[in-house]
Amino acid sequence: MSNEVFLRGQDITRRWGGLVAVNQVSVTLERNCIHAVIGTNGAGKSTLINLLSGEIALSGGSVELLGEDVTAWTQPRRARAGLGRSYQRNTIYPSFSVFENCRLAAQATHQKGWSWWQRADRCPVSTEAARDAAHRAGLDKLLDRTAGMISHGQKRQLEIAMCLATGPKVLLLDEPLAGMGAEETERMLAMLDELRPDHGILLVEHDMDAVFRVADQITVMVNGTVIASGDPDFIRNSSEVREAYLGEGH
Amino acid sequence: MDNSKAVFVGAVFVALALFPWLGAGSYGIDLVTKIMIYAILALSLELLVGSTGLVCFGQAAFFGIGAYAAVLLSGEEDAASVLWLLPACVLAAALYALAVGALSLRTKGVYFIMVTLAFAQMAYFVVHDTALGGGTDGIYLYFRPGLGEWLVLDDPVTMYLFSLACLIGVFAFLAVLLRSRFGRALAGIKVNEQRMRGTGFTTYPYKLAAFTISGGLAGLGGFLFAVKDGFVNPELMSWHLSGAALVMIILGGLGHLRGALVGAFAFLLLQELFKTEAIFGDFAKHWHLGLGIVIIAAVAFLPRGLVGLPEQLRKRLAGVGAGERGGSLKNPLGEAKS
Amino acid sequence: MDLTTFLIQCLNALQYGLLLFLVASGLTLIFGIMGVINLAHGSFYMIGAYMAYALAPAIESSLGGGFFSVLLVGLVLSVVIGYVLEWAFYSYLYDRDHLQQVLMTYGLILVFEELRSLLVGDDVYGVQIPEILAGSVPLSEVMTYPVYRLFVSALCIALVAGMFYVFARTRLGMMIRAGASNREMVQSLGIDINFLYRVVFAAGFALAAFAGMVAAPVSSVYPGMGNEVLIICFVVVVIGGIGSIQGALVAALLIGFVDTFGKVIVPDAAGVMVYLAMAVILLWKPDGLFKAG
Repeated sequence: MSNEVFLRGQDITRRWGGLVAVNQVSVTLERNCIHAVIGTNGAGKSTLINLLSGEIALSGGSVELLGEDVTAWTQPRRARAGLGRSYQRNTIYPSFSVFENCRLAAQATHQKGWSWWQRADRCPVSTEAARDAAHRAGLDKLLDRTAGMISHGQKRQLEIAMCLATGPKVLLLDEPLAGMGAEETERMLAMLDELRPDHGILLVEHDMDAVFRVADQITVMVNGTVIASGDPDFIRNSSEVREAYLGEGH
Repeated sequence: MDNSKAVFVGAVFVALALFPWLGAGSYGIDLVTKIMIYAILALSLELLVGSTGLVCFGQAAFFGIGAYAAVLLSGEEDAASVLWLLPACVLAAALYALAVGALSLRTKGVYFIMVTLAFAQMAYFVVHDTALGGGTDGIYLYFRPGLGEWLVLDDPVTMYLFSLACLIGVFAFLAVLLRSRFGRALAGIKVNEQRMRGTGFTTYPYKLAAFTISGGLAGLGGFLFAVKDGFVNPELMSWHLSGAALVMIILGGLGHLRGALVGAFAFLLLQELFKTEAIFGDFAKHWHLGLGIVIIAAVAFLPRGLVGLPEQLRKRLAGVGAGERGGSLKNPLGEAKS
Repeated sequence: MDLTTFLIQCLNALQYGLLLFLVASGLTLIFGIMGVINLAHGSFYMIGAYMAYALAPAIESSLGGGFFSVLLVGLVLSVVIGYVLEWAFYSYLYDRDHLQQVLMTYGLILVFEELRSLLVGDDVYGVQIPEILAGSVPLSEVMTYPVYRLFVSALCIALVAGMFYVFARTRLGMMIRAGASNREMVQSLGIDINFLYRVVFAAGFALAAFAGMVAAPVSSVYPGMGNEVLIICFVVVVIGGIGSIQGALVAALLIGFVDTFGKVIVPDAAGVMVYLAMAVILLWKPDGLFKAG
């Protein structure tokens, strides 16, 4: 079964002075596939997301998005081409309404002609995309609430909704389950399941139970290097992974 | 803007429109005209600082360029028409802002504050040291621009009403602008520019557009100032004025257009108060002292500015939030503290 | 420009640059370590200059020793004033955002200027050059160079050397360097951060005031002198890279030379040259020449 490849990172490397934060990591994101990246704190998982999304520049390697080499593209350009990311810490706009958070994100893909006189909340394209994204993230009932006032789990959902509002093909999700209760986790996992068919998803996550339930493929990173990559069964049975990472507490 | 705020702003403008017929003397007319002109400057700065999170410390340069353009472009033989002179002044200031913004927006945080200051100083020294703008003495306007018999700005009341019309125009323009998609993008940049880039916004053109518009509006203020006083000098571009404009919007309350309005009035009326010999006697010539103390007190006790005062009092009375710091003021520079 | 004129201008540029460094070093450290934009830093320089003017008669009659005892007393006084100012005003600004710092220190400028006006008045005053240093060194048959200016440069160089020694070799210097590059780290190292702040602030104040004192006989004292210096020092700090002492030194000397030679070569546009230099440098390096850390 060969799925459509949405994103391919080849030998991605990032050095900070003498320190190698990410060392020759290759990842592939395909349609209908959730690719989880796990590893200890400081393993370079968030840096990897930053590199793929273009937030920081590569020291080596290349990134290919939907068949195009985007290594030299800026982050906004990659985002507009269909690469969405969420952040580990909430980056919602707390003083805006939930709806406006989504609408502003949706606006990013329709930037042509900055009409300065039309009210933003009457812009048909971005309002529709925003409602749709909020609906998919299960936020229908919260549209008018101030984003800073909703619960932590709802903020994480909003974070995803803002990603979806831009209509991405690829989702890079940085610990979407962090700080969530059991019920909220279930809801989020169900959402990931729903997104799976149309998106290539990279999931960085610490919640191992969730990862093994939802992921189709798992990559394990230690100190910036990939030590193992394969389907969940393979990872579960890999002695290297057990030794380096899963060893205690699992 | 919800209703009570719209009513407040409307009431202020109506009161200002009626002011000349409510027994205002020539002193009052002159003072309020001046305040309204500074309010335009404050509003232009609010677009950058309060709405986009760009702390510009060189706003006076754009104001000064508008003013100098008004004088330099006016003929020495007869009065220029407002119809072309006003847009020309706005354009001159906006073009300078475009150039300054294109360069200074490459920097961030404190560097941005300082670079905008330095560019303003550059403009200041150009008019201060060269013959172009008459040097330190400044230059006089031979004829006030007008529009035939329709608009005679030599008449103080006409000047007053014309300034008020410009102020209302600027306020309305910004109010519309800020709730447009462009304005919302600026608001997003203010809160979290990195996130905006992550969503797909190339933020630089937005910031540059805001900077240019802001410069043009400040230039409009400068134009009015030159026409009102009939005289310009380098002090119009000095960093003291840039600082004063910042003080106005912070005193009034950042993040609200009406804050710039309230702040300009509060700042200049306070200044006028401390200058009043009838109250302060000989001390009146040391009016900076009183003003300085008020500013320091405002930082200490009014973190949200004057427009936040009603809410602050309400919370104080209700016994909560006494130690809370102003939400809209919280680190508008984002990464600048790293 | 013949060689002698060139030499004279170089000496002037050096002296001006070194004085700028004394003021700018405090400014850059206060920003780098405490994160405070101190608009009132120029006022510190002004206070120093006026101290040199105002203290002279009283000290002459009580202590004797002329200008040098004025310098010494002024230095001690300014450390005390700096310490008190930090405690009374600046310590409240550390957690505030830059805008509020700008606002409060702007208020302080107004207060300092008016206090100066109330206490000393608004006239321009000269400050006498001490007699030993009043002479001139002949440079050619017609040109001479004042000894006092050489003395100022020498004094500044000694101070700069002392400062760099403190930075490079002492525990305090280590803390300051660490603080300038990473504030959180210093806090987590268990260093008494409040003490460090107070020392740095007092030292910054004293350096600026000292620069004002030694400059006073050359420049005389006048209203607004602090603001002129402030803006130039901001240029120095930004060019050098905020929080970097080496950067401040290089930038101060650079500005000294640009300004001095600008006045000779393009007298009409002398004021603009400095800002032009800054614009060019920042376009090339948006974070200044030496990024701290």
